[in-house]
Amino acid sequence: MRPEWKAFNGGAWEREVNVRDFIQKNYTPYDGDDSFLVGATDATKELWKQVLELSKKEREAGGVLDMDTKVVSSLISHGPGYLNKDLETIVGFQTEKPFKRSLQPYGGIRMAEKACADNGYTLDPEVKEFFLAHRKTHNAGVFDGYTQEMRDCRSSHIITGLPDAYGRGRIIGDYRRVALYGIDFLILDKEDQKDTTSTVMYADVIRDREELSEQIRALKDLKKLGQIYGCDLSRPAANVQEAIQWTYLSYLAAVKDQNGAAMSLGRTSTFIDVYAQRDLEAGTFTEEQIQEFVDHFVMKLRLVKFARTPEYNELFSGDPTWVTESIAGVGIDGRHLVTKSSFRYLHTLSTLGTAPEPNLTVLWSTRLPEGFKRFCAKSSIESSAIQYENDDLMRVTHGDDYAIACCVSSMRVGKEMQFFGARANLAKCLLYSINGGVDEISKKQIGPKYRPITSEYLEYDEVLESYKQMMKWLASVYVNTLNIIHYMHDKYSYERIQMALHDREVTRWFATGIAGLSVVADSLSAIKYAKVKAIRDENGIVTDYEVEGDFPKFGNNDDRVDLIAHDLVHTFMTYIKENHTYRNGIATTSILTITSNVVYGKNTGATPDGRKKGDAFAPGANPMHHRDTHGAVASLASVAKLPFKDAQDGISNTFSIIPGALGKEDQIFSGDLEVDLELELSEDQK
Amino acid sequence: MTGSIHSIESFGTVDGPGVRMVVFLQGCPMRCQYCHNPDTWKMAGGTEMTVEEILKQYESSQNFYRGGGLTATGGEPMMQLEFVTELFEAAREKDIHTCLDTSGVTFRRDDKAFLSKVERLLKSTSLVMLDLKHIDDEKHKPLTGHSNNNILDFARYLDELEVPVWVRHVVVPGLTDHEPDLYRLGRFIGELKNVKALDVLPYHDMGKVKYESLGMEYPLKDVPPMSKEGAVAAKKIILKGIKDARLDKANRPCS
Repeated sequence: MRPEWKAFNGGAWEREVNVRDFIQKNYTPYDGDDSFLVGATDATKELWKQVLELSKKEREAGGVLDMDTKVVSSLISHGPGYLNKDLETIVGFQTEKPFKRSLQPYGGIRMAEKACADNGYTLDPEVKEFFLAHRKTHNAGVFDGYTQEMRDCRSSHIITGLPDAYGRGRIIGDYRRVALYGIDFLILDKEDQKDTTSTVMYADVIRDREELSEQIRALKDLKKLGQIYGCDLSRPAANVQEAIQWTYLSYLAAVKDQNGAAMSLGRTSTFIDVYAQRDLEAGTFTEEQIQEFVDHFVMKLRLVKFARTPEYNELFSGDPTWVTESIAGVGIDGRHLVTKSSFRYLHTLSTLGTAPEPNLTVLWSTRLPEGFKRFCAKSSIESSAIQYENDDLMRVTHGDDYAIACCVSSMRVGKEMQFFGARANLAKCLLYSINGGVDEISKKQIGPKYRPITSEYLEYDEVLESYKQMMKWLASVYVNTLNIIHYMHDKYSYERIQMALHDREVTRWFATGIAGLSVVADSLSAIKYAKVKAIRDENGIVTDYEVEGDFPKFGNNDDRVDLIAHDLVHTFMTYIKENHTYRNGIATTSILTITSNVVYGKNTGATPDGRKKGDAFAPGANPMHHRDTHGAVASLASVAKLPFKDAQDGISNTFSIIPGALGKEDQIFSGDLEVDLELELSEDQK
Repeated sequence: MTGSIHSIESFGTVDGPGVRMVVFLQGCPMRCQYCHNPDTWKMAGGTEMTVEEILKQYESSQNFYRGGGLTATGGEPMMQLEFVTELFEAAREKDIHTCLDTSGVTFRRDDKAFLSKVERLLKSTSLVMLDLKHIDDEKHKPLTGHSNNNILDFARYLDELEVPVWVRHVVVPGLTDHEPDLYRLGRFIGELKNVKALDVLPYHDMGKVKYESLGMEYPLKDVPPMSKEGAVAAKKIILKGIKDARLDKANRPCS
């Protein structure tokens, strides 16, 4: 056994790249509470203070403190950067200094240029010239491929948020592999993969060979990135500090290579805990030191920054990086995957204070240990910064070593990836079906010229039949648009380092998405249960609706409308699946707009549910604002009826509640009188 | 039979253990000055619902209520004694945890017919949340419009029947936060063996808007909300009273 692996239990993982096997053979489930945790060290406090000062300056500077306008980012493009080299136990920044954003033009030179210009910087003219004349970008490739129909759908916002001008993201490299095996081992593995491809040179085989070559080159660059920071990544990490450092540098390589829409971290806490537990038992490090490593790691993750445009930030309501880290869950052997490091990661919300990034996501199961559940609840109440997802649902299809990309997309780490596909606007599609493919805002013929609805009052069966035809059309143009996007992204902005940290055979999820679900469900319900009158303009185009009477609304646990929503998802998914997908991607869909629902609504005319032109959609699978009148459980119950098997890329329900409505304030509620009397007694004796 | 229901909250987290479906019954004889649900006072105006309808709604969401249950509050749920009894009996039949949130004001120990009905209700009640408004009867009367004699007697009765109880007490600045009264309240609670929890609720004025919309004068318009610190301090005094009462009881010579 290699010296770095001393005291680990052996297994298949020693001979093949198999991080899951390593974790399963070595991790220590933790059933206790949070009493072992320690606070921030002086070094952590000092560094964090520095970060807060820089953040303040960044805000004062209008959102961007510094930007590279000349050096194109790569794994080895920049020298080392530090906050305070003497205090940092985990090192590495995207450029040579913190808060300086890197230049990433491979997704699209125009977007890179605009990101500079909108923030008051000027892109180096030589770089611009190079990417316009000599090196094609993903964005340029996509527009070479687009049909007129696709361009029309895009500009009329029936398909929105497409990753055709920026990095698609949503791919999670298995960054743990570098820590466990070291790069030399991984290169050998990739070389073997390359040596054993088919020798009959179909286009697919040639592409595989080229990609494997790119991956090997990226791994070699990653080794150099390690050298820049004085780390020998060629060998496995020898202790917990190195394990975190190796993992982080691999992730850093990914964010130096890609400005993706979501650059998630994976599922590292229980992996890291194997090292932490070993080092703690051997006396190599103390709990204070280990928490400090975790704190410094998380601090770095909070400082991942990209050069983006105001429009992008508007779409996502802020400047999110989606550094999602998936924590806990239950293993398929029945043991839960909670370790002390699961606590340590969440504890950063206290040692460093609360923050939206990294997006700490607890894979929740009813079978998680009580101590951890309580700690989660406590941390949530204090920080409002933890995301929860249903492990009991996802484990069925993804096993016990999957992670969440972005907010809800689950994928087996290193084995599955996703082609991110933004969203189709189902509410606008309904309006197209009523208007025979004419856009209700631009009045242009965008969709196919099907027969419009001409009656004054809308009739449910007629609208539904027409809507299905229009959905079928939309699914087809949508999937084919995505086919072009992902073909070109692979060609011009290939995620070389992230894919180097994947298996040879990768399952590709072809992720589509839906916007406006509750708008459509309520609209169809209004047509069915109330009377909806169509208001037409001088050209006979329906531009508004009058609803007479009441109707069941999604979000009240009422099957009459909840089943309409259920069927919508299922029907749309059926149409999606009828299409050919690039690289045999497996079609999934998501219902998960978190913020972009505002922008989608802005570009959609009035709808038959009484929603006015331009009004925001509800986020994700949420009921429309103020229409769920039976309390949170009824609202959640409606959402829970949506078919997860048709929407495996995730269903989101954004739910805000004031802390006081979540439960009792423990200081004024004596939930167990005997315990509090004891406390009272002991305080008196002090 | 049907009950007169003011409303149902599907996600109740502060009216008993866990996540609960909270049924607000219409109608209350009390006129507490700090009441934040004056819209539940009148006997008329509720929606008639059957036990089956309520339980059907509960069961359609029962996954959310694991560790929680069903709470009947109001209004004063004991004003509709028969209905609540049927509701609780049907719920317990299905292993649903039942919680009665009451002021106890309707209790009459000398009314045998009434007493046997109460006894039947308590048989299917998992927990009573008893709201003790004020320990001093002379102050209780202007505060609520009623004497607290029957209420305190109900507390003792629950103790005799060994029904688990959470005591609630709303602390209102100047009205219910007088230290000697809080201590006396604690001493009273300390005499009981069935009290499992103490829920001290700081007074808030979020009910104001309801008074306005009902065209009613808000009785406490000059009273500020109670701070959290004030509530914590009040709780400590009550706890001290409980503790002292228990100590005295333990030191009493055998009788």
